[in-house]
Amino acid sequence: MKFKGKVFKYGDNVDTDVIIPARYLNNPEPEILAQHCMEDIDPDYVKKVKKGDIIVAGKNFGSGSSREHAPLAIKASGASCVIAESFARIFYRNAINIGLPILVSKEAVQNIKDGSEIEVDLDRGTIKDLITGEVYYSEKYPEFLQEIISSGGLIEKIKKEVIQ
Amino acid sequence: MTIVEKILANHSNKKEVKPGEIVNAKVDMVLGNDVTSPVAIKEFKKIGLSKVFDKQRVAIVPDHFTPNKDIKSAQNALFIRKFAKEMEIVNYFEIGQMGIEHCLLPEKGLTLPGEIIIGADSHTCTYGALNALGTGVGSTDMAAAMATGYLWFRVPETIKIIYNGKLNPWVSGKDLILYTIGDIGVDGALYKSIEFTGETIKDLSMDARMTMANMAIEAGGKCGLFEYDEKTEEYLKNRAVREYNPVSSDPDANYERIIEYDVSRIEPQVAFPHLPENTKSVYEAKGIKIDQVVIGSCTNGRLEDLRIAEKILKNNKVNKEVRCIIFPGTQDIYLQALKEGLIETFIEAGAAVSTPTCGPCLGGHMGILAKGEKAISTTNRNFVGRMGHPESEVYLSNPAVAAASAVTGYISHPEEVLK
Repeated sequence: MKFKGKVFKYGDNVDTDVIIPARYLNNPEPEILAQHCMEDIDPDYVKKVKKGDIIVAGKNFGSGSSREHAPLAIKASGASCVIAESFARIFYRNAINIGLPILVSKEAVQNIKDGSEIEVDLDRGTIKDLITGEVYYSEKYPEFLQEIISSGGLIEKIKKEVIQ
Repeated sequence: MTIVEKILANHSNKKEVKPGEIVNAKVDMVLGNDVTSPVAIKEFKKIGLSKVFDKQRVAIVPDHFTPNKDIKSAQNALFIRKFAKEMEIVNYFEIGQMGIEHCLLPEKGLTLPGEIIIGADSHTCTYGALNALGTGVGSTDMAAAMATGYLWFRVPETIKIIYNGKLNPWVSGKDLILYTIGDIGVDGALYKSIEFTGETIKDLSMDARMTMANMAIEAGGKCGLFEYDEKTEEYLKNRAVREYNPVSSDPDANYERIIEYDVSRIEPQVAFPHLPENTKSVYEAKGIKIDQVVIGSCTNGRLEDLRIAEKILKNNKVNKEVRCIIFPGTQDIYLQALKEGLIETFIEAGAAVSTPTCGPCLGGHMGILAKGEKAISTTNRNFVGRMGHPESEVYLSNPAVAAASAVTGYISHPEEVLK
């Protein structure tokens, strides 16, 4: 799977409270959550994001609350994936479980600039900066997580197991 | 093996597990609240099952936007109430019986030593105080666990933190954990298990241990575990709903890192906006003018916390320019506080006392901050916009510092009030 899009770049410790503020958690619909995605650190994100665009951030992305509303909001906002130096534990699980691709690459994060055009090849784990031509590599998923991803998320995987 | 390795091995039928390994482990309790359960129930329904894996082992607690703050929250609460009824969930707690989930479940004896409790709420790590592997997950994980009674876990590395020495006056579990997060950082224990140990910990109350375990997630931790001892046993007497098997680390267990603190060097701590790792001693925070004080939450809403706040507020008044909100963790805590006269003191001092709710802690309802306002709070997070307007600020502290600040109107050491 390949994605191409513009980079929205953020710093370290982007927490789930700013990805989707608690005041909107009374509504679990992803499309409504998406309208407020990132609004407390970047009110322009929702106005500017286009389908396929990519979030690039520093360490500990998705820290804080367990709210799955955070990756759901990012996915529904049109972003195709998130690249970070590291992800917070629960966010990492949630993203895998709901099928939001996430990649860990310190090198990519350190070199890719806000607003750059990049192309991500998920199968190869490559991140190409289309402006500079540089290619970066992401860490591979453990086999078990690869299974969840290729099943189409955790629920699809369990459905198969329950039916068997 | 360490505590977490033993618990994961016991629950996945293995003699031994190693950090980095992924196991499919049996879970003893599955928890959700009114924010995370609606999403989980939708996912659960996609699987197509007509019942949960065990109706005794699922707990649903509507605590975040309850008593319902608006129509949408009421719809969500109705949705989970119907599901709980349909699935015959035994541990569904309605308004009037409910409390803040992480205060309530231990109180009801539903989180026991050696167990795995997963919760669609990041502060599920609180149960580590009881020697249980409590860990936060998302809604899809909650759905999967409700369906199968199992969930995947990566076996974490363990960091051992040893606390030695005598606590200074007005220093509590909250200060130890804030100091630790300040030292190792908000990702200092990312993906890892923390074992809290040492002479100081042995003397800490169960309430204080829960405060510490609660904030393991604020260092990025998967869980924050305590050893089982007489205090754990005493707490569980007449509460535990099941038999349980405490787990302790082997003397030759492997730790990724061992950290030691001399607690006599730790003063009451204040975490500055906008991260729990921005901690300083209260002396460095003195004089910061505040608009609101919040005492309560799953971090510091237990009886011991209320008793400490009462000591400060007795014969004192909340400053006229400050709003002080106190919310006990559960109905039982509320009732006990009432019987002990704590609630009377709070009201006489000019504080507002609320029924249990997570509302103010996450900027949900009942204590939202306006633009430019500052609060000091005994809760667990001070992220941008955590309690309201993105340009408001939250400082974190223990209940004594929060109560003292309510009296003076600016961040204060308790000794300023109790001279």
